[in-house]
Amino acid sequence: MALVKRFTQFVEPPSGGGAGGASNGQQTNSIPKIETRGMSFFYGTKQALYDINLQIQSRAVTALIGPSGCGKSTYLRSLNRMNDIIEGTRVTGEVLLDGEDIYSRDVDVVSLRKRVGMVFQKSTPFPKSIFDNIAFGPRITGLTKKSELQNIVERCLKQSALWNEVKDRLKDSAMALSGGQQQRLCIARALATNPEVLLMDEPASALDPASTARIEDLIFELKQNYTIVIVTHNMQQAARISEVTAFFCVGRLVEIGQTKQLFTNPTQKETEDYITGRFG
Amino acid sequence: MPSGGSNQAEASSSLRRRFSWLRAREQLIQSLLFCCSFLSILTTLSIIYVLVTESLIAIPPNTAFFQEVGLKEFFTETRWTPQYDVAQRHYGILPLVCGTMLITGISAVIGLPMGLLIAIYLSEYASPKSRRWVKPALEILAGVPTVVYGYFALRFLTPMVIIPFFHDWLGLTVLGKNALSGGIVVGLMIIPMVASLSEDVLRSVPNSLRESGYALGSTKFDVSAKIVVPAALSGIFASFLLALSRSIGETMAVAIASAGFPNLTLNPLTQIQTMTAFIVDVTQGEVVSGSTLEKSLYAVALVLFVTTMMMNLISQWVLARYREVYQ
Repeated sequence: MALVKRFTQFVEPPSGGGAGGASNGQQTNSIPKIETRGMSFFYGTKQALYDINLQIQSRAVTALIGPSGCGKSTYLRSLNRMNDIIEGTRVTGEVLLDGEDIYSRDVDVVSLRKRVGMVFQKSTPFPKSIFDNIAFGPRITGLTKKSELQNIVERCLKQSALWNEVKDRLKDSAMALSGGQQQRLCIARALATNPEVLLMDEPASALDPASTARIEDLIFELKQNYTIVIVTHNMQQAARISEVTAFFCVGRLVEIGQTKQLFTNPTQKETEDYITGRFG
Repeated sequence: MPSGGSNQAEASSSLRRRFSWLRAREQLIQSLLFCCSFLSILTTLSIIYVLVTESLIAIPPNTAFFQEVGLKEFFTETRWTPQYDVAQRHYGILPLVCGTMLITGISAVIGLPMGLLIAIYLSEYASPKSRRWVKPALEILAGVPTVVYGYFALRFLTPMVIIPFFHDWLGLTVLGKNALSGGIVVGLMIIPMVASLSEDVLRSVPNSLRESGYALGSTKFDVSAKIVVPAALSGIFASFLLALSRSIGETMAVAIASAGFPNLTLNPLTQIQTMTAFIVDVTQGEVVSGSTLEKSLYAVALVLFVTTMMMNLISQWVLARYREVYQ
């Protein structure tokens, strides 16, 4: 695989990335959107995460990288309590969203997940029409007015760069879309509940290069308004789209830093071995 | 296997097929398995043969039922009295069809929603621990002989529930044998079937859809009612059809609890006659061989056979199409 040098070329801010560079500077001072303090995670008796201390900056992309089974997906899923669905899981420590512990007893999981949306590796359109897919989130919150739903659907499809391709067939089944379109539909669906944070679990790993590029462009657009946390196996992708990168290994957070810094000048030996392709 | 071993040594010199015990045994096993499956096809074919020759086209000099009774009378006449004297004999299947529909309808109202709700509970809500209790309980329900259900309806449901409610309280006329009691127990009988078939269908909805639902802020009810059930709808529909075809074919419980005179009525509190119960009724008495009464059994059986077969075929077609979506 490539040398450290190879990654540096991806780290250069893309054209028009001046704003991104400026926001990089601000982040270190701003209050984190999400913060985990001494967080550990257990599947039954098996511990999957050990004492994670991590801050996620607002309106930026944080990439989680690491070898398979390192706990990065588990960490991501614990940020909107998706792991609650799996029986026998347990969290210790604190996960704070805007300073509020999401694992405290009086937290309503449903409203938490409306604020922290999620996009999965496999696109999962509901077997309904394109319109009904996007309108699903607003509808379960009780919105029934057709005109409002139409506005939301149009806004979200435009945000996810899918509007021009589907505007004439909103009534068609979402299952008929291509893989890349389905994934953008899922992003649009997640946006429809007006989340503040968007969690993405390898959103482009099942897509062809052209669709991947579209998703990456989309992420680049979305970070103007949303806080994005993305798990990826593709290190070039992490380098291209993220401001901050966190490297996980066997359930521990090994290193976190500005993406450029981490890829060009990692402080830990493990990180360097991983990003230069010596293991993982 | 010594013969196999020597054969292998020979085969290395030539690829020509020669007789070997190993291959002979393989072919024997294959033909044996084929015979077994062919036997079940043969059974179906002979049933169709008997039904058709007795009711539609007979081999001369015999005559078939429809050569003695017109199709028009059979499907439009409103009286079914093949056991009466010649002057009062009528062969209109409508009362039997109506009775069957009444039983099936009542059982559907009881069995389908209950079965579906149990399926949703088992697939979406139940913890593994409660599943371990509920599933065997359902299997017990499915294993109760239908005769027992019939007596349960006749001896418990009618005198203890239906008569106190409809007669004593509402002042309606209730017969000791009534369609309602039979329909209710047939409904109870199909619950395990609907529950287990629908549960399979619900479980085959991929978990990723549920997770996506939860990630959008859905409650468990939202996910079950607005994602899982709609996604599984065609499969649920197929399980309903299979259960209804069981209701239509159900015999003993109805014969005991509801069957009497073939009234053309939709009143569930009076006695009715279903297609199956009529067949039981006639075969219990003395039937002159070759009589029109005997042939009428086959005509009724043919109608029954065609109806249930159509429903099974449709439901299998729907299930097959449903499976394609999530393979």
